[in-house]
Amino acid sequence: MRTYAGIQGTRVLGHMADAQPDRVTMRLLVIEDDRDAADYLVKAFREVGHIADAANNGEDGLAMALDGQYDVLIVDRMLPKRDGLSLIGALRDKGIETPALILSALGQVDDRVKGLHAGGDDYLPKPYSFTELLARTEVLARRRGGRNEETVLHVGDLELDRLSHQVRRGAEEISLQPREFRLLEYLMKHAGQVVTRTMLLENVWDYHFDPQTNVIDVHISRLRSKIDKGFSQPLLHTVRGAGYMIRDGAR
Amino acid sequence: MTALGKLFRTTTFKLTLVYLTVFALFAAFLLGYFALNTRRLITEQITDTVNTEIAGLSEQYRLGGIRRLVIVVDARARRPGSSLYLVTTFAGEALAGNVTALAPGILDNPGWTETVYHRIDETEASEHPDHNALVRVFQLPGGFRLLVGRDLEERERLYHIVLAAGRWSVAIVIVLGLAGGLFVTRRVLRRVDAMTETTRTIMAGDLGGRLPVAGTGDELDRLAENLNAMLERIEALMFGLKEVSDNIAHDLKTPLTRLQNRSEEALRTAKSESEYRAALEATIAESEGLIRTFNALLMIARAESGQAREDMSEFDAAEIARDIGDLYEPLAEEKGISLKVEADAPARVKGNRELVSQALANLVDNAIKYTEPGAPLLNGAAPEILVRALNEGEHILLTVADNGPGIPETDRARVVERFVRLEQSRSKPGSGLGLSLASAVARLHGGDLTLADNGPGLKSIIALPRGGPVQIAG
Repeated sequence: MRTYAGIQGTRVLGHMADAQPDRVTMRLLVIEDDRDAADYLVKAFREVGHIADAANNGEDGLAMALDGQYDVLIVDRMLPKRDGLSLIGALRDKGIETPALILSALGQVDDRVKGLHAGGDDYLPKPYSFTELLARTEVLARRRGGRNEETVLHVGDLELDRLSHQVRRGAEEISLQPREFRLLEYLMKHAGQVVTRTMLLENVWDYHFDPQTNVIDVHISRLRSKIDKGFSQPLLHTVRGAGYMIRDGAR
Repeated sequence: MTALGKLFRTTTFKLTLVYLTVFALFAAFLLGYFALNTRRLITEQITDTVNTEIAGLSEQYRLGGIRRLVIVVDARARRPGSSLYLVTTFAGEALAGNVTALAPGILDNPGWTETVYHRIDETEASEHPDHNALVRVFQLPGGFRLLVGRDLEERERLYHIVLAAGRWSVAIVIVLGLAGGLFVTRRVLRRVDAMTETTRTIMAGDLGGRLPVAGTGDELDRLAENLNAMLERIEALMFGLKEVSDNIAHDLKTPLTRLQNRSEEALRTAKSESEYRAALEATIAESEGLIRTFNALLMIARAESGQAREDMSEFDAAEIARDIGDLYEPLAEEKGISLKVEADAPARVKGNRELVSQALANLVDNAIKYTEPGAPLLNGAAPEILVRALNEGEHILLTVADNGPGIPETDRARVVERFVRLEQSRSKPGSGLGLSLASAVARLHGGDLTLADNGPGLKSIIALPRGGPVQIAG
């Protein structure tokens, strides 16, 4: 029996709600031929407050995506009628730049590279957890807003200058190692959003493999001791079962 | 297929037939040529003799007329083994000589003729009615005719002897060739049959079977030896495969069983939502572990099948050593281990950066996992891990050295295999695939992974050829 195409469950949704991310409603299109999996994703996205539609084959998916009204497309690689990569290619040819996240059972490095080459914006191998998918989808939707270009990032009284590489909290200057700086930069770029360990490993270290031990946690706790220690208001939060989020708790 | 049919169908036998035909034809040609030449030579000798005699006799005739000729011919004709002589008048009346019963009309044609004849001094005429002779009729001045000839029996006998010899030798060549061919073919066939028999039993499942080696060191022996070596390798692989599937069964079935038990237990006993939630969370954690194991297995399979050779490019292994060191340093520090990286000189190599990074990460992860924090070390030193990137000849080396408990020498080869975790480490987290993956990655690049003693501790060395894997032609 094929159930939910390897999606691991929604245990974290409650906790993520506790952490109160700055959630903006997204319009999503799930293009997935396994109806159970598609229905599950649509239901799960709606539960966390997003608007989601589903298409069960490549042609329908392309027709719906051509409207350009969606914030993010979630595209299975292997689809009837038209495969995921060619669907994305057709959209890009028509000048529609809706971010697309590719889901694939293949999951190997070169498949990922192929997917991103074809115009995909992110790639998630099956089986994946909904938490991971949600976090990545939100990051893709936000990227569209274009706030990545700011040279000085602020979260509460924490300030990171991307040009001078200076970090200060309130009046206090914080000295960070280069890697810690990039870690903080990535977190602050996505302030208010859940960032998973895999996303950090991919974006800060440029690795796409599973490091077996949760090395990222130790890096985060080091960073936390530098930016939160001695301050009454913690900024770097752990979202249990999902990842991390930097957020101005006072707001 | 009958036994004889099988015999005739063999390559050896067909080859024998071809050789046999060639040799028989050659022998026949040689002897035929010899026979014809002998005949020609003898004929030449006869004509020479006859010409000389005629020249001599006509000289006698010129000197002393017919009388003298008759006397000389009479004298010569009486000598045993002499040539054939006949002197006649113009009308054909014999004056002297030792032949009669010539074919009619012979004397009318001057020149060379072959004819039957009868010697006058031969008594038992009836026994040899058909003597053949080569004769020359010579017209003497004055109307007389002179006939001189030689018997042809010797020539014919020799010719027939040679022909008979030819027939016999061809027959002997054919008989001996066939017999030899059959003998060799049967010998070869017997050995091939023995090999086929063994192969069948091996195919039927008895992997322990080996092809018979005659010990003669010939091509069949060499073939059998090579096939035996191949069988040896296949048996080892099959054994490995069996061990792997046993280990997979163990390492995957155990968490699967736990998964099932926990779910069933939750269904049976959980009362509150929080209890259900806890059970579900445990289930997910367990399935994440399973996925990890599967991913590692897929990765190894992919590296072993050589697919990843396509995405190779040049990169700096020293940079990878620094990056991985940087990634794991906080984790090591948290466990009270000092992790140092020595990789100052660039170590450029062609390969798959992602896979090499993962291989090195696995080695570092292992080193951290198995270096006991706080455990008293042999020399009382602080736990320490050293990651290095080195250039050595045509290779670059990535080494991870720790001063932990190490791996006993006898187990070092084994731990590189899939799923092998030494008994004392079964309780540690991890899929047991870290070293196997590192080893598969090294082999993919045409290099290898070796485990050595760091006295105390373990030193893992990944050696990669600088230019990437050597492409095997074809």
